[in-house]
Amino acid sequence: MTALEKVGSPPTRLEGTELHDWDYLVQEDRAHRLIYTDPAIFEAEMTRIFGGTWTYLAHESEIPKPNDFITRRMGLRPLIIVRDAEGQLRALYNRCTHRGTTLCRWDKGNTKSFQCPYHGWNFLNSGKLRGVPWPEGYAGDMHDPKYNLAQVPRVESYRGFIFGTLSMDALPLPGHLGPIAEIIDQWLDRNPGGKVVVCEANRFRYKGNWKLAYDNSCDGYHVAYSHRSLLETENRFAGENAKGMAYYRDSPDAQPMYMRYTGHGNHFKDKRPNLEQRPGGLWALESAHPGMEHYEAEFIKRYGHRAFALLDLAGSEPVNINIFPNLSLLGNHIQVFEPVSVDETNAIWYGTMIVDEDGSLGDDAVTDINALRMRTQEGFPNFGEVDDIANFEQIQRGLMAVEDEWIYMNRGFGIPGRVKTLEDGTITAPATDEAFMREHFKEWKRLMKARANFAIRREP
Amino acid sequence: MTTQAPLDPSRSSYYISDALYRDLIASFSEWQHDALAVTDVFVRDEFRQLLEREARLLDQLRYDEWLAMYAPECVYWVPSTPNGGDPRREIAIMFDDRRRLEDRIYRMRTGFAWSQAPASRTVRLITNVEVFSTADADKRMLRSNFLISEFWGDETRQLTGWAGHRVARGEGGWKIAAKQVNLIECDQSIRNPSIIL
Repeated sequence: MTALEKVGSPPTRLEGTELHDWDYLVQEDRAHRLIYTDPAIFEAEMTRIFGGTWTYLAHESEIPKPNDFITRRMGLRPLIIVRDAEGQLRALYNRCTHRGTTLCRWDKGNTKSFQCPYHGWNFLNSGKLRGVPWPEGYAGDMHDPKYNLAQVPRVESYRGFIFGTLSMDALPLPGHLGPIAEIIDQWLDRNPGGKVVVCEANRFRYKGNWKLAYDNSCDGYHVAYSHRSLLETENRFAGENAKGMAYYRDSPDAQPMYMRYTGHGNHFKDKRPNLEQRPGGLWALESAHPGMEHYEAEFIKRYGHRAFALLDLAGSEPVNINIFPNLSLLGNHIQVFEPVSVDETNAIWYGTMIVDEDGSLGDDAVTDINALRMRTQEGFPNFGEVDDIANFEQIQRGLMAVEDEWIYMNRGFGIPGRVKTLEDGTITAPATDEAFMREHFKEWKRLMKARANFAIRREP
Repeated sequence: MTTQAPLDPSRSSYYISDALYRDLIASFSEWQHDALAVTDVFVRDEFRQLLEREARLLDQLRYDEWLAMYAPECVYWVPSTPNGGDPRREIAIMFDDRRRLEDRIYRMRTGFAWSQAPASRTVRLITNVEVFSTADADKRMLRSNFLISEFWGDETRQLTGWAGHRVARGEGGWKIAAKQVNLIECDQSIRNPSIIL
């Protein structure tokens, strides 16, 4: 048994009076600039959205062993994500219960306990207070659970992706993910053993609101223009065999790719139908990367007809899977959005590598596939993401024009037959439609309006 | 019978191999030993000039002349961890062969690289230049500290760290075979990392 502490509706500085008329700020085809620029709305989002719904925290491969930890944030709350001595995943508040000091200042490590650097209070990685210096100076019982670390009451992992929520009303994680879980499965199952391991990252900060990144995550409309320099560079020697995302250049809506909204703010853009489904189909789409000709020749020599299926493991999976509010699986990346302030955000592109747990691939193949896979993953952040974040910053700047209030997300809206609701309730539309954005803003609005049933937890 | 096309590293990448990675990791490990430091001021000045020229060409966006300072089969490496790490199993901030360096330059010249439109203005300070000999008389390792002031958008920011250059003596004199750029904030989120360091 663990003690649950009800924290009621999220405290914001305007508690008791609604901040805004949410239905006015987010309409079916447009959104008000204030949702990107108002610090009070940002503050409310940091409880009602981040923690108010299942929020991505970390990947299990970052804390594989008992007593491993990694420091992260959920919204602005500093957390220590641990796999405790018993192997249980926990999201501890990185905040000493005594005076509020962060306990752990390291990015990651392995420890059974955390000692506060200020007065020396010592906590087990279960969150339980182990001891304090000179306890005889306290009148009360230091075993009172109020001294144990706060922790996120619900922490669940879906196939390695660790999420947490403070909401006692949220569905269990598999139900919350719903139909998009199958797309996550496909994304994982193309890798040996259905597994990936996180291996460092391309880390960006931009001066713009976090939602600008989530609004971009399924956007098929921006590619041909925002990424024009990337498309031109990737195709400078390509001739007839267009590389990368070149299929966006001409009539992208005539392509078989599509976007789909699956509920709870989650959506995916599936470009796989544009590809030839054959071993080497993915690899053939890859633009130039360091070492690709050498490794391709080497693989053909070493593995014969198996070579191209192996090379596909270094190729970028053409799907974007976006889990509201802060996770996007795209290519081989695990991208995470971290709000810093109303107009500052980190966008972190964690790389992934493959592992060969059953030994069926062999060390050489794994080393070489990963060496190639690192280089393919560095391509987009270097030549694509930099231009997107430059545009996000310029949106934030543009939105400082106070009187010009609205941004439009109405591409595909109101055209009969263009956006379809399928039997399972998911919504599908052509790749350049903004239907995904209209839908995730409905979820945003639902969460911002909700009288939330939030809790934190402490060990008894 | 077809004839083998010449392996132009601007067009195809055959030299980035497991052997190259292993050699690169070895040559950027355990090289800064006092016993290997070159004390001859004329030699040190020759390499200081090379590094100063590289900084000037990058500040002036003279990329073709800059790239001509590099060996045909070169590596430009900006690790995402403070220890350099193993680029075969760690994402780097940048890990470029010659062709990708040329991609980087090509992209900036398309006119559609929004992260560099308008281009950053930079001033680079290069200091603390040290030269280390290696087992190969035709290869040296250079260590230098850098401070890049970059004006972009609406502010001037500083990017700082130290660089390791592996230089090799060829027909045209000393060329840069590999450059490792160690940003002090390499494992943190960086705003608009789109210039060549």
